[in-house]
Amino acid sequence: KRSSDQITGGITSVFTKRKLDAATLDELEDVLLQADLGMDTTSAIVETLRRDRFNRDISGEDVRAVLSDEVGKALTPVARPLVIDTAHKPFVILMVGVNGSGKTTTIGKLAQKFAAEGRTVMLAAGDTFRAAAIEQLEIWGRRTGAPVVAKPAGSDASGLAFDAVTRARAEGKDVLIIDTAGRLQNRDELMSELEKIIRVIRKVDPTAPHAVLLTLDATTGQNALNQVEIFGKRAGVTGLVMTKLDGTARGGILVAIARRFGLPVHFIGVGEGVDDLQPFQASDFAAAIAGKEQ
Amino acid sequence: MFESLSDRLGKIFDGLRGRGALSENDVNEALREVRRALIEADVSLEVVRAFVEQVRERAVGVEVTRSVTPGQQVVKIVHDELVRVLGETAVPLDTATTPPATILMVGLQGSGKTTTTAKIAKRLKDKQNKKVLMASLDTRRPAAMEQLRVLGTQIGVDTLPIVPSETPVQIARRAAREGKLGGYDVLMLDTAGRTHIDEELMAETAEIKAVSDPHEVLLVADALTGQDAINLARSFDQRVDITGIVLTRVDGDGRGGAALSMRAATGKPIKLIATGEKMDALEDFHPGRIADRILGMGDIVSLVEKA
Ligand SMILES: Nc1nc2c(ncn2[C@@H]2O[C@H](COP(=O)(O)OP(=O)(O)OP(=O)(O)O)[C@@H](O)[C@H]2O)c(=O)[nH]1
Ligand SMILES: Nc1nc2c(ncn2[C@@H]2O[C@H](COP(=O)(O)OP(=O)(O)OP(=O)(O)O)[C@@H](O)[C@H]2O)c(=O)[nH]1
Ligand SMILES: [Mg+2]
Ligand SMILES: [Mg+2]
Repeated sequence: KRSSDQITGGITSVFTKRKLDAATLDELEDVLLQADLGMDTTSAIVETLRRDRFNRDISGEDVRAVLSDEVGKALTPVARPLVIDTAHKPFVILMVGVNGSGKTTTIGKLAQKFAAEGRTVMLAAGDTFRAAAIEQLEIWGRRTGAPVVAKPAGSDASGLAFDAVTRARAEGKDVLIIDTAGRLQNRDELMSELEKIIRVIRKVDPTAPHAVLLTLDATTGQNALNQVEIFGKRAGVTGLVMTKLDGTARGGILVAIARRFGLPVHFIGVGEGVDDLQPFQASDFAAAIAGKEQ
Repeated sequence: MFESLSDRLGKIFDGLRGRGALSENDVNEALREVRRALIEADVSLEVVRAFVEQVRERAVGVEVTRSVTPGQQVVKIVHDELVRVLGETAVPLDTATTPPATILMVGLQGSGKTTTTAKIAKRLKDKQNKKVLMASLDTRRPAAMEQLRVLGTQIGVDTLPIVPSETPVQIARRAAREGKLGGYDVLMLDTAGRTHIDEELMAETAEIKAVSDPHEVLLVADALTGQDAINLARSFDQRVDITGIVLTRVDGDGRGGAALSMRAATGKPIKLIATGEKMDALEDFHPGRIADRILGMGDIVSLVEKA
């Protein structure tokens, strides 16, 4: 709601217009740019509207609707749930992303969700680098009743991952979620470390990890495209989670990402609490970007 | 992945070389590309508009000398204007007041407040021989206080003992007392991350500020921030009247347009840049480097190597 409030101002000024004219299209372009869709994606969407609807009579409400429809078209194919394949025991999820993007918190939220579905969950404190990252995950483990595999700070992250997969398998857990240290995608040696973690996990289970989730901070601008590209190449990302959508940022870069990479978007984070995780809904997300009333 | 602005302008001005002054038409065409480049660099649209107008005023009628192309000429004007808006002279951190000089750190969740708190403390200790006390007022994020305590041990800076169940405002009071009694030169207050539209937490920030009377209030913001930069900087500034900005994750390969947005929206100086996770990855702000980077002609590598 808050994100729509903010742009409603922009749209209201076109409310009284009778036609989808050049001025209206310019204002729509601004709405998309301010939601972080980026120049290319914005131009493509505005071009489609120009081609299909130019000079047609249109009310303010319709303007929102067509914009939201158009954005929704890009997002619908990527709105896919995270399916836990029970053939794998444990189903191993590796959490990756740049620093501070919400990996550890999202793990806590996922642990809660899986436990509520009746699954047994184990967590692995694979961020052995950042100060108190292990303690942070341990608190999430206590909150959600999930045991946490940890080693002292400074230990080798891939060794920890190896132990965790071995233990989760021995104890017959349904899901194992492995936390990793935040890293910027342009740091080659840190990306190699991630590749190593994956190689080592495969020594225990050649089919693992079964999901590699990349967290994207909704406040991030165009750099999120590079994040998806590089983490995708190096860590084999299978799906995305967009966090911090409870702020004023609308996360429109996801539209550009959907068009370019077509990776599934599973969840959105809407707060710091354990229940602040929602399935990704293309139409809601598009409506928030377009400022359309729900 | 980005074509640099000078390449693009070069194409526009092809065949225009050596034609005297830049006409309004030439400039208009160039400014469309400038606008595009700034938006791709994550400068907030509102700031882009104002900026492009300033460049227009400067550029029309400018003589193109024979030694440069019109494209280069426009890039130079844009670059100079970027540096001007970003702040020509560095404004250092100010701790000259009756001790302890209190520095309050604020910002969105995960922007780098806790890490930067420790980095600044280390810098003040190592370079200026200051006696520093750090206190975490973050009672919300799991293990946030422990994080600052661990960093304090790593860098050899005292942290205020953790007393569970105190509110952030109570901790701020205790920190102020301890800062005075303990004879500290500087008191650094780390706070919980908050979204700038969270009314309750923004009110809490204002209350913390009121009881701790900080000499500096630093907004810690991610250099990778997109269009929201202008909203968040404006909101924090209106609410707690920040004295400066610290830009983090400058070691990333983002274009850093958020720096321009936040500076333009608040008029507050960017005081420091953070270029890595390690405790010494903190540098003075050089507007020229960020300007190069926004225009896609910067040497990002040198920054990264130092990180
Ligand atoms: N408002 C909001 N805050 C969030 C959300 N998800 C995470 N956070 C906060 O963002 C901050 C960083 O989250 P973490 O989970 O520690 O991020 P991380 O990616 O594990 O960080 P590093 O391990 O340091 O790289 C914390 O303060 C979280 O409470 C969200 O959806 N909304
Ligand atoms: N690459 C890089 N990482 C950084 C930088 N500054 C901080 N970080 C990392 O970003 C993540 C979040 O940093 P914190 O200091 O915990 O951020 P915070 O603002 O205190 O987070 P909350 O208290 O949860 O709101 C950590 O993984 C840090 O190591 C930087 O300049 N570059
Ligand atoms: Mg983490
Ligand atoms: Mg913190």
